Amino acid sequence: MMSAAVRTTCPYCGVGCGVVAMPDGTIRGDAAHPANHGHLCSKGSMLAETLDDSERLTVPLIDNAPATWDTALDLIAHRFSETIATHGPDSVAFYVSGQCLTEDYYVANKLMKGFIGSGNIDTNSRLCMASSVAGHIRAFGEDVVPGVYEDWDEADLVVLVGSNTAWCHPVLYQRLLAARATRGTRIVVIDPRRTATADDADLHLPLAPGSDVLLFHGLLRHLAAAGAVNRDWIERHTTGFADALAAIDGQSVAEGCDLNPRLLATFYDWFAATERTLTVFSQGVNQSSAGTDKVNAIINCHLATGRLGRPGMGPFSVTGQPNAMGGREVGGLANQLAAHLQFDRPGDHDKLRRFWNAPRLASQPGLAAVELFDAVLDGRVKALWIVATNPAASMPRAGRVRAALDACPFVVASDCWHTDTTRHAHVVLPAAGWGEKDGTVTNSERRISRQRKFRDAPGEARPDWWMFSEVARRMGFGDAFAWDGPAAIFREHAALSGFENRGDRVFNIAATASDDAAYDAMEPHCWPHDGRLFANGGFSTPDRRARFVPTPHRPQSMTRPFILNTGRVRDQWHTMTRTGRVPRLMTHTPEPMVTLHPVDAARLGLEPDDLARIETDIGDTMLRVGVSDAQRPGELFAPMHWTDAFASAGPIGRTVTARLDPHSSQPELKLTPASLTRVEARFHGVLLRRTGGELAARCTWTRVPLANGQLYHLAGDELPDIACLLGPLPDRAEYIEMEDPARGVMRCAALVDNVLQACLFVARDRAALPHYQAIAPLLGTVIPGNRRRRLLAGRSLGTSTGDSQLVCVCFGVSRTAICHAVQQHGLRTTRDIGARLNAGTNCGSCLPELQAIIREQTEAFEWTR
Amino acid sequence: MNMLARLRQRLVVVGNGMAGVLAIEEVVARTPGQFDITVFGAEPRAGYNRILLSPVLAGDMNFADIVTHDASWYAANDIELIAGEAVVEIDRAARTVRGEHGTIRGYDLLLLATGSDPVMLPIPGAGRPGVFTFRDIADVEAMRAASRAGKRAVVIGGGLLGLEAAHGLCRNGMHVTVVHLMPGLMERQLDAMSACLLAQAVKARGITVLTSASTAAVLGDDRVTGIVLTDGRTIPADIVVMAAGMRPRIALARSAKLDCDRGVRVDDAMRTSDPFSYAIGECAEHNGVVVGLVAPIRDMARIFAQHVTGEFAAQYSPAVAGTHLKVSGIDTFSAGDFLGDDTTDAITFRDIAHGVHRRLVLRDDRLVGIAMVGDARDSGWYFDLLRRGADVSAMRDTLAFGAAA
Repeated sequence: MMSAAVRTTCPYCGVGCGVVAMPDGTIRGDAAHPANHGHLCSKGSMLAETLDDSERLTVPLIDNAPATWDTALDLIAHRFSETIATHGPDSVAFYVSGQCLTEDYYVANKLMKGFIGSGNIDTNSRLCMASSVAGHIRAFGEDVVPGVYEDWDEADLVVLVGSNTAWCHPVLYQRLLAARATRGTRIVVIDPRRTATADDADLHLPLAPGSDVLLFHGLLRHLAAAGAVNRDWIERHTTGFADALAAIDGQSVAEGCDLNPRLLATFYDWFAATERTLTVFSQGVNQSSAGTDKVNAIINCHLATGRLGRPGMGPFSVTGQPNAMGGREVGGLANQLAAHLQFDRPGDHDKLRRFWNAPRLASQPGLAAVELFDAVLDGRVKALWIVATNPAASMPRAGRVRAALDACPFVVASDCWHTDTTRHAHVVLPAAGWGEKDGTVTNSERRISRQRKFRDAPGEARPDWWMFSEVARRMGFGDAFAWDGPAAIFREHAALSGFENRGDRVFNIAATASDDAAYDAMEPHCWPHDGRLFANGGFSTPDRRARFVPTPHRPQSMTRPFILNTGRVRDQWHTMTRTGRVPRLMTHTPEPMVTLHPVDAARLGLEPDDLARIETDIGDTMLRVGVSDAQRPGELFAPMHWTDAFASAGPIGRTVTARLDPHSSQPELKLTPASLTRVEARFHGVLLRRTGGELAARCTWTRVPLANGQLYHLAGDELPDIACLLGPLPDRAEYIEMEDPARGVMRCAALVDNVLQACLFVARDRAALPHYQAIAPLLGTVIPGNRRRRLLAGRSLGTSTGDSQLVCVCFGVSRTAICHAVQQHGLRTTRDIGARLNAGTNCGSCLPELQAIIREQTEAFEWTR
Repeated sequence: MNMLARLRQRLVVVGNGMAGVLAIEEVVARTPGQFDITVFGAEPRAGYNRILLSPVLAGDMNFADIVTHDASWYAANDIELIAGEAVVEIDRAARTVRGEHGTIRGYDLLLLATGSDPVMLPIPGAGRPGVFTFRDIADVEAMRAASRAGKRAVVIGGGLLGLEAAHGLCRNGMHVTVVHLMPGLMERQLDAMSACLLAQAVKARGITVLTSASTAAVLGDDRVTGIVLTDGRTIPADIVVMAAGMRPRIALARSAKLDCDRGVRVDDAMRTSDPFSYAIGECAEHNGVVVGLVAPIRDMARIFAQHVTGEFAAQYSPAVAGTHLKVSGIDTFSAGDFLGDDTTDAITFRDIAHGVHRRLVLRDDRLVGIAMVGDARDSGWYFDLLRRGADVSAMRDTLAFGAAA
């Protein structure tokens, strides 16, 4: 199909790495892309394996029955028009995604705000970046990241706040480590957890969750007291410094943040003394009810030192999604207009109304994500279109979101695959996905890159911009939605950014891609230019000055014994709709766990791999327990990725509070009061089967896709019906069974025509379960008669799953192999390991873990001497 | 005459079956030439392996294949074989025995290895021509001859012997029905599940199996025409094989006033109530137990030989025995307490489609019972674990899959 290499970008995080789709079907890093210079992380390295059309949505579905595009689009247009006619424009809404390309986003926003006339379009970026947007606008007058990735290379001190960069933005992290190797960059990690990032930092401040504002209050006070502020710069380019400083009360930071005063003083001294200081922040800052204040507390310190827009310094927000920035540029959030035009800035509304020729242009911000679904639940919103996102899993109070979707008279969902959300939709539209359509994305450094098509979308899947345009046309707005392709949409978007822009908006790409050929050939470039911003002021405020924002510290009262924190694991992405299909990416963290400190575990009588129930005011769920002193006592961590499709526990979002940031409406995802109790599991099990899907069985389960089938980890009170676990099998299926009831042991295999279909292993004691790895490859293969008998044999696990964990997924190197090599050959550096085993030499995502293994094995070695 | 010649004792063995021959072998191996040995055999044959009668019946072997000790063996070991003459009298006072044809031999030591007789059910018609037992080569030859004339056979008894007979007759082209009194075949060796799979395997070979079926009478006039069950069902048959159990052959011992119960009572040295007489094999009863398997008989033969050659400390202590059903293709094995009780756990393994079932009974992580059907390849390994009383806790989860697992 494809004869030449196609340059595009990775669909995962906001680093925005360039990739090249090769004619042979492989996907490589793009050495010419400035964001990554050819490097890719573990997820990016496995992209080719996600290009599997077997479970894709390929035709529109109406009430789960295939329909033509015309029927589906007519129905959507009719239902939306009818709802608007009866209940007004605010009775409908779009909920879109940072996975959308800028062009998709632009069309959706234009339809809702411009022509339907409601602000009710919001995006999952609300869960991700809204506080950074609000913080930027408060400080700079516009949502602008001042720095560029080169700052990571050129800083002398990098402060990572609420960011497990090593796992979540691995390519940037490797870039930082490379810089550190040459210039000795100091790394400070501010995170309640000792993450893989913190493991290798020069200083880790394990602060109390939610106390970031206080920490940066203390820093600002220290900078002022130490004479480290840049009076001249403050004078010329800012307002409000005195007020911000005065608003800081005298509370002890060490106490409030629960930090060792000596570590705190070290951080303050380093910050004060280091001109080239880059403060990177991510979800630990944003996903908070104090997120905007955290952002401004950080920015305040950079404004105070004038460290902004020059090499190696500045506040640097890194986004979670590939096009969170693009969405912000087109106005994908309910409280933005478009092209950085704002509802509350005089003249902006009029400009946009005229540009779009849209007399009904919404004049009020719409409902932000959490409020939006509340409005769906209470009936204010009666028709909803969800695009490329999975709110039934990813939203906090996910149970409430599901109830809302069920209650909503009309729900449309466009996606590539079935998700927890699509099952609630009346109309499901098959979307063209990554690699199947053209468009642009913007990464965390304002760099616009082309995404290019290199494969055909399966079946009748179509790009989202086309769906919106078609519905717009059917609703009678055809003239305003008559583009022939994404290049034309981009041109309109670019023109809008320059429309009557007399320098009041930094976002101006009017000169970009003036024709289709230029669009096709577009090279990755930053807006408004390749380089830093604001070194000499020129902010987007009326007085061109940046604003210090007073950020009152609002400590939260805890109503339960634990704080539940949520976040990512290394090799998964969001709700696993893409990464969950790649068996190798499942090997690093095959199961969702709730991790807690050993002291807490001992107090609650919890052992690793036990089951525990997490209960919050919102809901409850059950997860297996991990024990780690990387946690602070009193805190729990659970991954955000798993959904109903992958685990009985479903999304952790079911238990997470939706307390909103008052400025950004971003919900709190990392600080939910929680209780934890041990749950007695009378059985543990491992189920291997060829067929996937959810288990209807009443037990705790997690599904792990394998190359040739599915693996389920099971636990519970009473073993569910075995036939139900093994899945649908024909009458001629043959069963091989072993039972040792005294030990609660049961093993069973099902074969059809001698082909292994399913295997079930159950034991009261989890350590008595066999290694499924030896049996998994046999799924779907013919079992010769003489091997039947030993099919269910297999050495018992003895210990938990740690033994077989793949540390380096690129080369498939296990923890056991690495430990062995470290011991056997006395390896002392990650480079040595790479030379011997290749581990860590491709994407580098595992380098922090390799370092940790060396440390741990070296200590063990020394003990034995 | 040398000195030894005068010291040679006379050993007379009554019974040229496996027990008798094994005992002679043990004695000869220990002290060649110490005894003048005479062996009486009721059958007019040299020694043969009775266990292999089944393949002979099935036509898979012939008699020559199962002969274990031919005339040259007796000659080479200077043993007098008196075949075809049953012993009818023991004169304990004179220390002589007399055969049915009048042969008299004096003894210093006497060994009774008379074996057992098939049980003939006391039902009407049991004596009709066409009713067979399955004990010796003569029975086998008679059945083979009858199977050439008739088409249908009924085997009464679904134990080891009955199933072997059924298989053999089936291989001879007969339509065979096994009639078994109990709900499960081989209930003395197998648990219900194993028995069920065994029945399945037997049926798969074209044999009809009727369980919980009690025979009321053998039908026919001058020849057998069938049987009738107590529930009224009749099953036509050209021959009927009684395989409803064995009974120790002790008439001779009783007439000699040796202490008998079910069998000839022996002590730990295999000595009867007469200090010059011993008994081993299926005719012997030790501590109230009569055995029917080769392994304990081998032990008995060894103990006897040890005693008569001066190893007086040797004592017979019955080991757990394992039973193989040797009919080709239907592998079963049973040993020990295969049912278990309140103090035991059972591990089971099933592959029903392949007719495989294993039941391993454990007490305190030690094997105490085994029942296997369909695949007895690991029986030796299990049996060894059982006899050694080995602690299997470390391999308990894979025990059911066999030695290689």
